[in-house]
Amino acid sequence: MTASTSPQLTPEQLDAFGRELDAIRERVLADLGERDAAYIRRIIKAQRGLEASGRGLLQFAFLPPAWLAGTAALSLSKILDNMEIGHNVMHGQYDWMNDPAVNGHAFEWDSACPSEQWRHSHNYMHHTHTNILGKDRDIGYGVLRMSEDQRWHPYYLGNPLYAILLALFFQWGVALHDLEVDRIAEGKSSWREKADMVGAIWRKGRRQALKDYALFPLLAGPGAPLTLAGNLTANAVRNVWAFTIIFCGHFPEGTHEFTEEETEGETRGQWYHRQLLGSANLTGGQLFHVLSGNLSHQIEHHLFPDLPAHRYAELAVEVREICERYGLPYNSGPLHKQFGSVVEKIVKLALPGRGGGGRAPQAAAATSEPPPAPPARERVAA
Amino acid sequence: MPPTLAETVRPHRLARRLLGSALADALTTPHGVDRYVELVRPAFSLREVRAEVVAVRRPTMRSVTLALRPNANWEGFRAGQFVRLSTEIDGVRHTRCYSPASSAHADGLIELTAHAQPGGVVSPFLRAAARPGIVVSLSQAEGDFALPDARPEQLLLISGGSGVTPVMSMLRTLCHEGHRGRIAFLHYARDEHDVAYARQLAELAAGHANVRLLRGYSQRPAAGELHGRFGGAHVRASGIDPAQALTFVSGPNALVDAVRAAWAEDDLDARLFLERFAPPAPARVEAVAGSVRFARSRREAPASAAPLLDQAEAAGLTPTSGCRMGICHTCSCRKLEGAVRDLRTGEISTAPDELIQICVNAPVGDVTLDI
Repeated sequence: MTASTSPQLTPEQLDAFGRELDAIRERVLADLGERDAAYIRRIIKAQRGLEASGRGLLQFAFLPPAWLAGTAALSLSKILDNMEIGHNVMHGQYDWMNDPAVNGHAFEWDSACPSEQWRHSHNYMHHTHTNILGKDRDIGYGVLRMSEDQRWHPYYLGNPLYAILLALFFQWGVALHDLEVDRIAEGKSSWREKADMVGAIWRKGRRQALKDYALFPLLAGPGAPLTLAGNLTANAVRNVWAFTIIFCGHFPEGTHEFTEEETEGETRGQWYHRQLLGSANLTGGQLFHVLSGNLSHQIEHHLFPDLPAHRYAELAVEVREICERYGLPYNSGPLHKQFGSVVEKIVKLALPGRGGGGRAPQAAAATSEPPPAPPARERVAA
Repeated sequence: MPPTLAETVRPHRLARRLLGSALADALTTPHGVDRYVELVRPAFSLREVRAEVVAVRRPTMRSVTLALRPNANWEGFRAGQFVRLSTEIDGVRHTRCYSPASSAHADGLIELTAHAQPGGVVSPFLRAAARPGIVVSLSQAEGDFALPDARPEQLLLISGGSGVTPVMSMLRTLCHEGHRGRIAFLHYARDEHDVAYARQLAELAAGHANVRLLRGYSQRPAAGELHGRFGGAHVRASGIDPAQALTFVSGPNALVDAVRAAWAEDDLDARLFLERFAPPAPARVEAVAGSVRFARSRREAPASAAPLLDQAEAAGLTPTSGCRMGICHTCSCRKLEGAVRDLRTGEISTAPDELIQICVNAPVGDVTLDI
């Protein structure tokens, strides 16, 4: 499934590759309508329904079946809220609807991370600079060593432990992500500079914690501890699930990393090429795709981050066909295999050195010989 | 003054108090109470005005009249004002202004009439698809084209085509109040079947001795009392002295301009109120003439072919932005009016009040952004 060598594409081929993907994008944009609106509303309705029933059942958490069903419903609700709704809506995938309820700038999700900060760290930093070491802060989240090009330090002996903690408390990890605490520690940034951000995280985190860990349990009266346990479990289930899916997006074996130099002055075609090589898909059934927020179609998501994610499955057929024609790798595999290779990487990179095996040869071939004077950005020419 | 709607309609006050409480807000954070309740009661909102369509009539070939029942947030309107109505068409929410034509004291319902314009989007949609039970979003009533609270002794109301609605509301409101002063209504249309309210106007005039209705039909002159275009003769025929009366004119640019010129000539500008019912100007592709207005920062700059983000920055503003290539949507902002071209697709969009990515959109003529 994964390619160990990068194919050589000429600048002309890369441009043609980019144009084919642009054509897909434009076709979908022209086709957006009732179908997409109905889809996201249906998911929202399902999420709110699951949340209401989960919260309701957890008011009777002293009954074991109610605890179990309530915790399951609330977990699913939080997963849908964060992934298929929150993540995708905040990408602006539904901005064209002009509906404030699904507006990417206004949306807040059921997570400790303030959506404003997420939009910066994720939509801009991660999606624009995907897999560029030193720019894409999703490589290791400033906590883990996920690339052999990250210099080893004895701290990283704890890599597997940090990964487990990050998975369990993922919403808080995401909340702190944009603070760039590691840069503060290195003196490249300061707490004073980040005061507004800390305030926003504190306010959002407090409201989230108040709701899940105080108000709903207190409403349950004597059953409060069990309600609290249900809410804690639901948050943990969502955290581990989100961590698993997200780490399968860019870290499985065969995904490529890039340097700042080789991505300087990228053309549209090269940008698409980097997104493709830096991402990996997960195979699975329809429900799996919905619960992963369609991030199982990570490749399509990175090529078209602002197209409604429920369309990625259809687009994947075309993208795959295009990749085959250009002889480009298309990294895809089942969850156990992809996540297995991520775990392997986390463990191996705890040790010094290159951690053995898990990396494809340096970067994209097309960028090893930069095309002469690439146009700055296609939008200028358009 | 009769009580406003908010005072008379109090459904489920206890439920509203509970849903509006700080506890309910904390329990439903971050989405808020509305986002849950609206799934079972689409017209409910704690703050937004929403209305359910309770009746639909299609009085002429191109018009549709909706009776709307607004939710408890509606604060009522002054006769002549307009509301912004939002409805969804093929997944996209569109917003347009409509003037209620009903009496400001009507029984809790708002009556709106939309006249479909060729090339229009919302009015033709409502003409074709509106049905009882659908829910639309409304703004509170807006606009200065409204009857003053101190009702004038003499009134001259002039309407052209689909501009009839706000002046219809004024006439109905005054009749509803039992107003005794003299009112003349000059009504211009193509023929008696072109725009709505021909019949209602005739009935009001017949039932109220102080109301004089004069109609001018360009396609069927014999059916009306006025002939030719608006002019001094029509004013004289109305029996109203513009120097004593307040005049409200609502209609296409040509009519409004003609009335304005006549009143200006006699130095009566202060006694005249205008409302223009003009179809939106078509987008011009070639020229980038015009200017970009940044409404919130109150700045304006001549338009260029560059992305609006660049133009905002050139004007000294610092809108939030990210990738500058249309990927991350950090720069998305509301375009209040005007036409823009998507630099990626060449597609032109003229819809008012829509979200655009300013890093990949350039103006086509005048554009107003909410920055």
